[in-house]
Amino acid sequence: MTVWTWLALAGAVALALVAAAELRRHAAARAAGRRFLRHPTASLGVFILAFFVTLALAAPLVAPYDPARQLDPVHLQNQPPSLRFLLGTDVYSRDVWSRLVYGARLSLGIGTMAMLVAVTVGAGVGAVAGYFRHWLDAVLMRGVDVGLAVPRIFVLLMAVALWERLPLVALVLLIGFTGWFVTSRLVRAEVLSLREREFVAAARAVGAGPTRVIFRHVLPNAAAPIIVSAALGIGNVILLEAGLSFLGIGVPSPLPSWGSMIHDGWQWIVAAPWTSGFPGLAIAFVVMALNAVGDGLRDALDPRKEGT
Amino acid sequence: MTLPAPLVQVEGLVKRFPGARSLLGLGRVRRIVRAVDGVSFAIAAGQTLGLVGESGCGKTTVGRTILRLIEPDAGRVTLDGADVLGLGARELRALRRRMQIVFQDPYGSLNPRMTVQQTLAEPLAIHRLAARPEAERRISSLLEEVGLDPAFARAYPHELSGGQRQRVGIARALSVEPQFLVLDEPVSALDVSVQAQVLNLLAELQRKRRLTYLFIAHDLAVVKHIADHVAVMYLGKIVERAPATVLYAGPRHPYTTSLLSAVPVPDPKAQRQRIVLQGDVPSPATPPPGCPFHPRCPHPKKSSRCGIEPPALREVAPGQFAACHFAEAPM
Repeated sequence: MTVWTWLALAGAVALALVAAAELRRHAAARAAGRRFLRHPTASLGVFILAFFVTLALAAPLVAPYDPARQLDPVHLQNQPPSLRFLLGTDVYSRDVWSRLVYGARLSLGIGTMAMLVAVTVGAGVGAVAGYFRHWLDAVLMRGVDVGLAVPRIFVLLMAVALWERLPLVALVLLIGFTGWFVTSRLVRAEVLSLREREFVAAARAVGAGPTRVIFRHVLPNAAAPIIVSAALGIGNVILLEAGLSFLGIGVPSPLPSWGSMIHDGWQWIVAAPWTSGFPGLAIAFVVMALNAVGDGLRDALDPRKEGT
Repeated sequence: MTLPAPLVQVEGLVKRFPGARSLLGLGRVRRIVRAVDGVSFAIAAGQTLGLVGESGCGKTTVGRTILRLIEPDAGRVTLDGADVLGLGARELRALRRRMQIVFQDPYGSLNPRMTVQQTLAEPLAIHRLAARPEAERRISSLLEEVGLDPAFARAYPHELSGGQRQRVGIARALSVEPQFLVLDEPVSALDVSVQAQVLNLLAELQRKRRLTYLFIAHDLAVVKHIADHVAVMYLGKIVERAPATVLYAGPRHPYTTSLLSAVPVPDPKAQRQRIVLQGDVPSPATPPPGCPFHPRCPHPKKSSRCGIEPPALREVAPGQFAACHFAEAPM
């Protein structure tokens, strides 16, 4: 590790601290923000997320080595953490820290993108089902029932069997398209109650069509549960991606995702626990942070707590 | 007296709602609630019909079916001769420029995530009435017309008082320059002092814009000063309909009589006898046989006939219609 990477790492920590502090300052000015801060670990969660996001964005600065490069397959296998290799090296003599940093890009990126796909589809289906009701609702919700009943991992395994080498885009889409069912139910329930509100009747009375009513009047008022389910959902997707990659069918080697790093190291887990342990810890921290932030957002955006 | 041609005509309007399903939805029997059961009336251009009844009598449903916010099951509605119920989506949208609605709940009727400006710009955009700079001018003048400072355009609903919100609701209804307004209990949710202001505003707007109103209310006091005609509803049916002066001077249906007795009189020495109705309104899912009002009717002449034969709405005096077997001998 050079001085520059240490500086970059310190910079990432500082940036994350500043981001978390700035958010606290903004949040404290509003009632919803104060409810968010009242959650015991939400602020810590924001810091952890900010830290990993900074790492992911600044990966080339923070990572001292090329994450895929085998430094010296003969002499530098499974080196323990040291000043030279902050988190040690794996069995292929790759720097674990560099892989972890680049892995943040993939794991967080896949999690976010897949969740965006899932939330878009889920909100769309839920809004249509809840707004139009009747047969459309029945058909869509029975579809959701089926979707929830089929084991997700099974669908993904099937898809993997069809592709020889799964492109990342396909992985994102697959995870997204198998993950919108719960969101759609949530949004539907919200839309069912929103559609009876008088401002929706008023919009229809002035001639607004269903598209305008759904996008301008219904969905913006259903934003809170959508945001919360998205925040909580990213954690799930990261876990799912880790699971798939661990099985060797997610992110293809030598691309570093945290799941594939665990996969690469698990056979030497006793001799070189750092190879699987650190990516495992990273997953645990990020998912816990996401859950804390999601819970905090739920408290903050709950209209029943308005005024407290 | 020459009658002006009616602008709004409603004939035999029926709306049934499927009632609550039995446990687990297993039973096949679903009770049908007749929310509106054959309602007819007409409103002349520039006039106000007060539609009065207790909550749950179907008056709100009448207002919303006329605007097709709820689709009726039977009946005819015409606006200036145009058949409202037979229209396709495109013609209906065009017709929405001519009829509008003001809602009861000023808290629920404005989208909490839209500013006043956005709320008022929407109808202008939908009907392509004005592009941006022109739209802003029109919104300012609309706000002024309903007695609000144009600076309120940037406010969100939660920053406004109930009365201010209701004025925004009125401005939204006026934005498309309609001829006919359904006022669905526009002042019921407001403080008494604000009620008077809003009622005065509505009266003034009617005069200036030559508007026709269907004014829905749950008591006769509110409509007294604004209505030209009054129709009283009970359990989905109109039980009495008459010019306002006639109805307030001499109600023919015992239900109207009892509603009138509840109107406060601003004279402490006035002799008045309050008629307090016994019991609750029966469920519209199981309306009583015969006259729907007979279980609660305080009329001294009430007989067994009332429980068997439903009274028809008939003209008992010139212009005055009542659905009571004993309308000729009012209480």
